[in-house]
Parts: sequence; structure tokens; C-alpha cells
Amino acid sequence: MAHEHKLEIFRGLWKFKSNQHKIWGVLVFLTFVTAIEVILGIYKPDSLMAPLMTPFEGGFFATLGNILFSPVIYMKSLNLIFIVLTIVKAYYITWDFMHMRDEKGSLRKMVVWTGVFLICYLIFILLQEGGYVFDVYNADDSLIKRDF
Amino acid sequence: MDSTVASTGTEGKTWGGGNRPLGASYGKLMMWFFIVSDALTFSGFLAAYGFSRFKFIESWPIADEVFTHVPFLHGQELPMIYVAFMTFILIMSSVTMVLAVDAGHHMNKAKVTLYMFLTIIGGAIFVGSQAWEWATFINGDYGAVQTKGGNILQFGEYVTVDGEEKFKRISVDDFAMTVEGQRTEHERKNGLWFVDEGPLPDYSVSEIYNGLAANENILVRTQIINEEGEKTILSREESLKQVKDNGQLVVKGANLIVNEYGTSLFADFFFFITGFHGFHVFSGVVINIIIFFNVILGTYERRGSYEMVEKVGLYWHFVDLVWVFVFTFFYLV
Repeated sequence: MAHEHKLEIFRGLWKFKSNQHKIWGVLVFLTFVTAIEVILGIYKPDSLMAPLMTPFEGGFFATLGNILFSPVIYMKSLNLIFIVLTIVKAYYITWDFMHMRDEKGSLRKMVVWTGVFLICYLIFILLQEGGYVFDVYNADDSLIKRDF
Repeated sequence: MDSTVASTGTEGKTWGGGNRPLGASYGKLMMWFFIVSDALTFSGFLAAYGFSRFKFIESWPIADEVFTHVPFLHGQELPMIYVAFMTFILIMSSVTMVLAVDAGHHMNKAKVTLYMFLTIIGGAIFVGSQAWEWATFINGDYGAVQTKGGNILQFGEYVTVDGEEKFKRISVDDFAMTVEGQRTEHERKNGLWFVDEGPLPDYSVSEIYNGLAANENILVRTQIINEEGEKTILSREESLKQVKDNGQLVVKGANLIVNEYGTSLFADFFFFITGFHGFHVFSGVVINIIIFFNVILGTYERRGSYEMVEKVGLYWHFVDLVWVFVFTFFYLV
């Protein structure tokens, strides 16, 4: 058959009888993830409103540690959960709706690695720069004032 | 035909064409190339949004307080419910699209037609919802005063709900006091004929100030986010002082220049990113309609393959994929 589909998700934990069944299964999963996001977004549990760790203090290795663990040091846990859940959703949309699961490994890597690498680079550069501009605006000797 | 096609002697060889090195047809491969480049465009926009947000991290509007409206439920604060609904609609139309692709694999014309039709309906509902969302955002709800430095001062009072003290926003319409002798709008017929002026705000700052002075309960909320992650609320004296000293313009709603919800960059990015995404959805609907009619006319039945449905499907899923990220970074984070 020309159109073979891999009929399991979650590494074989959830198997489907046909492609249609798999599509509905993925819809259920995506809806579930969106519902979690919306509920967390409305209630905003206090325990998730702060980062998991405080920054390391000290010399070079502390800085290195801060960079490596930046998602848990500088980001609220809630936001980290949102971003992880978004990437999970993106994975299932690409893999099952766009049939990436059934494409050749070379095509998959060509698309995903290129995109992921360039996007990570872009995000790193722009967010780093944004934080720097914030520091310049808000430093003690800052010359910028809004209302006077 | 043979006489018009140059024979290169490489037919059947690896580089001679006709190969499918990645196991995908030319059309699908090109669609993937387009998707990668479009994904980079969107991530550029979202990263630029992140840049501006990091730049004004202390005063960025809180999305939960901006997008609280749901059609037909006027006056209720329901953050995120409507966007969640829009997200669900788009995911649902992705499902019908993938079902259409699947029916295409089985050469089932009737089912492809049905699922393509449902996909188009889903896309139309989404675009319509976005138009409503834009209209609500542009019209605004409470109004605010913009200061000389471009900061936003909003109004509200403390109320006790279920034994808990909460800050409740008050619309400028509810407390502004009309002052006689305000200037009227300049028009060509009553002033310089070569100078135009846009419509004046409904209230002047002094009208707002008088209303504020007359109502003891009303306080000003600035856009600065405090340590609890909420916007700072000023004391009564500070409130009066801020409006009197710094107030410059009464704004209601948002456009590319002013924004009652906070920094105007927020509105700019909102219009630009959701607008660009909405434009993608709109083009997707148009392309889907074209493919839909081709399916009805039997073009793909005669061609022996419904691959075109698959290609337009890739685009449609990509639009859904982008929305998942826009949803997270605009409404949740």
C-alpha cells in the first residue's frame, strides 16, 4: 500500500486500529493539553508563580550554571509549563497531522533541525538583547525618565 | 513530446531527475521548504515580541486583564475562554483536514468533499472570531489616561467580593464630569482649511480629574507590575497628583498609536502578529475553497491522486501550529 501509517503514539503506549482512529485520538490528547493550559492560565496557582531555583552566586561556574539552568532560574514555573506543553502540542500536530511520523528520517531532520536551530538562535539573541536594554533603561545612573 | 524535451543521457541515474531522494514528491517537498521559511518568519515576529516585552518587562500589560470578553456574555470577565474556543476550532478544522487527506488516500471523493467543506467552515469561524476579537480590542472597555511620558493610568476601586478585597476597574464613562467650555473639534470649515484633525477624545483630562476628585473611592492604577505580579495601585493623593501633573490624553481602546491597556507596543504587536496569522488563515481558506471545487469537479479523481489535498493540508496544519504558539506567547505567558 502506498500510504502506510504508523498507528501508535506515545512510543507504542496507545495503539490505533486505523488512521482515522489515530486522528481522533490525537485530537483528544491536544484538547486535553489545551484544557490544562487554560485551567492553569485562569487559576494561576501561587506555587507556580515563582521560578523553581534561585540564581547561583559566585564566579564563572555560577554564571555557567545560571545559563544552563536558565529556564528554571529565570522563568516562572507556570510559564515553563506553558512552553513545554506548547512544544508537546506542536510535536503532535507536526508528527501526526502533518504525517511527519511517516516521512523518511532524512526529511524529518532536514525540516526539524534547521528550524529548531535557527529559532533557538534567534530567540537567544533577541531575548538577551531585550534584557540588556531593560537593564540600561532601569540602571541607577540611567538617563531615561518617562514622566517629569 | 520527445522532440521538445532535451535528452541529457542521465535518465535513470541518481542525479538525472525523476528520483525521490527524501521519499516525498516534489510538491510536498516544496511545501515543506515554504513551511520552514514561514516558520522562521513567524518566530522572528514572536522573538521580536519577546524582545520588546523583555525591554518593558516591568510594565507590560497582563493578557488576562486585556482579553476578557466572550460574545453574548457582555460585562462578564472571562479571561481566555474565547481564545481557548478559537484554538479548539482551529485544531478541529485541522482534524477535518487530516480526515480529508485520509479519505483522499482511499480515493473517496464524497468524503474528501465533506471534510474539505467542514475545514473551510472551521477556518471561516476562526477568522470571524478573530475579527470580533480585534473589534473588541479596538473599542476598548474602561478607558484610561495617557501621561506626557506615554504611560497609562487606569481607574478602579476596591470592592469586597466574598470577603476578599479586590480591585475592580471603573470605566471613565462612569465618573467623568462634564466641564463647560471645552474646545471643539477643529474642522476645515471652522478653522484653517488646509489643516485636518482627527476626532477628539470623548473626555478631556480635566473632566477626568474633576470626576476623580469628586469620587473618593476611585484610585489610579499604573502600568508598573509590583512584586506580587500585579499592577501597582496608587494612594488617593498620588492618584490625584498623577492625573493632574502628568495626564495628557484620555484614551479608549487601542490602535497603532495609543493603547488603553498599557504600552502601545503591545497593541502594535497584537495587530501585527495576529493580523499576519489571520491573513494566513484567510489565504488558507481561499486555497481550501479552490481545492474544494477541484475535488467536486473531479480533477483529482481523474488525476488518480489526491496529493493536492495533502499539500494544502500541510499548509493548513502549519497555520494551526503557528496559532498554538501565538496562543501561548500572547495569551498565556
